[in-house]
Amino acid sequence: MSENYIYAVARVRCKELTLLDSSVMDSLLAAGSYEECVRILADHGWSSEGENSSPEAMLASEREKTWDFIGELTKDMSIFDVFLYANDYHNLKAAIKESFVHTEHPGVYIDKSQCTVDPEVIKKAIVEKEYDLLPEDMRQIAQETTDVLLHTGDGQLCDILIDRAALIKIYESGKKTGNDILKLYGELTVASADIKTAIRANKTGKDIKFLERALAPCDSLDIKALAAAANDDEDAIYSYLDRTVYADAIPEIKKSPSAFERWCDNRIIRSIRPQIHNPESIGPLAAFILARENEIKSVRIILSGKLNHLSDESVRERVREMYV
Amino acid sequence: MENLGLFFALLGAALSALVAGAGSAVGVGRAGQAAAGLVTDDPSQFSRALILQLLPGTQGIYGLLIAFITLTQIGIMGGSSDISLAKGLLYLAACLPMAIVGYVSASYQSKCSVASIGLIAKRPDQFGRAMIFPAMVETYAILALLVSILSIFGIANVNI
Repeated sequence: MSENYIYAVARVRCKELTLLDSSVMDSLLAAGSYEECVRILADHGWSSEGENSSPEAMLASEREKTWDFIGELTKDMSIFDVFLYANDYHNLKAAIKESFVHTEHPGVYIDKSQCTVDPEVIKKAIVEKEYDLLPEDMRQIAQETTDVLLHTGDGQLCDILIDRAALIKIYESGKKTGNDILKLYGELTVASADIKTAIRANKTGKDIKFLERALAPCDSLDIKALAAAANDDEDAIYSYLDRTVYADAIPEIKKSPSAFERWCDNRIIRSIRPQIHNPESIGPLAAFILARENEIKSVRIILSGKLNHLSDESVRERVREMYV
Repeated sequence: MENLGLFFALLGAALSALVAGAGSAVGVGRAGQAAAGLVTDDPSQFSRALILQLLPGTQGIYGLLIAFITLTQIGIMGGSSDISLAKGLLYLAACLPMAIVGYVSASYQSKCSVASIGLIAKRPDQFGRAMIFPAMVETYAILALLVSILSIFGIANVNI
């Protein structure tokens, strides 16, 4: 953390001018067609590199631009790994399942530019059972999950174990950075995942053992109390959440899972917004990455809404708050 | 030992140039990093960024001025250099406001400059206002400069 971020923050301030604000989001929502949306985005510098002009290619290209820009600003990118661990564990999940069913689905892997571990290394480690190729904290869970899948064939259990390991990794590495924004990101990621899991487990009638295996520890939730509440009934979950900092989320959880996801993303954006005025720390860089991810997520929702002819209202209620 | 007065007076002059100058170097360096960041993405902002970068540089000039006046008064630059110990200590004390306030104000002014560079990155039309914030810190460097100048000229008339 001894790196000096004055130069980097000044560059981020300039780049923040290119972020999409709520007026651009309104224009996108008001656009009559997908093509019109693409034109509006192109006016704001969004484009896909190469010949592939699909929405996913454009979004991937925008994400790549963000990471290239951040790469120019800091020598040590590892501090931002907290944003990439979810992709590593997704690839681990894909590799284990692929190895179990003995078929290949190259499209399920997230590109190595968005990961801390090359997906090919993960695949090799799982197929050849050479777990030492994996990072230390991934080895045990990879071995355990492979064994569980082989013995039980339970894909959901495999998902739960890996998701929990990913959440613990995100939470711990966020804390380890010592930066408030990254710590908050780790905390909110774990807490929102735990709340979603508790609600889903309650609706599908899962037992307390399942909940204890699925919930990852964090500071803002008592996972034992949450598991007990989820084992009881839905009102018990709301009653527990009412005593936590997530009381505001209850109406959104009741509305729909997507409304709760939107609430979680908006909460992160509101928490990082003070970074707009921070002149010299890593905070504005982390906030810029999160703002860009949030922007990409909202654009994806709008574009898929336009492509699938969804009503403006249903798309609008899914679009996130903007950072600027 | 009979030149101890001159030594302390010279120490005051040296501290004034050294400490205030160090503060300015730190400040201009810090603001320069932000200015470089701004100009990387928006080269049209060069002149505005340069002015904001240079604001913390004035303390070093004030420190040099105090050092120069002190050297003139104590005869190092010519004339009699017969300074009593008491007078030498008075010169040292007279130089301290510029040395200390110069360092602290340059350091804090640079933080203001960095923030103002962030401001003009987003709102180039607000340059006038952006410049006022770091310029306010300058007030205290000027006050210290005045106190040091008045003290140094006053010591010449003190008969000790």
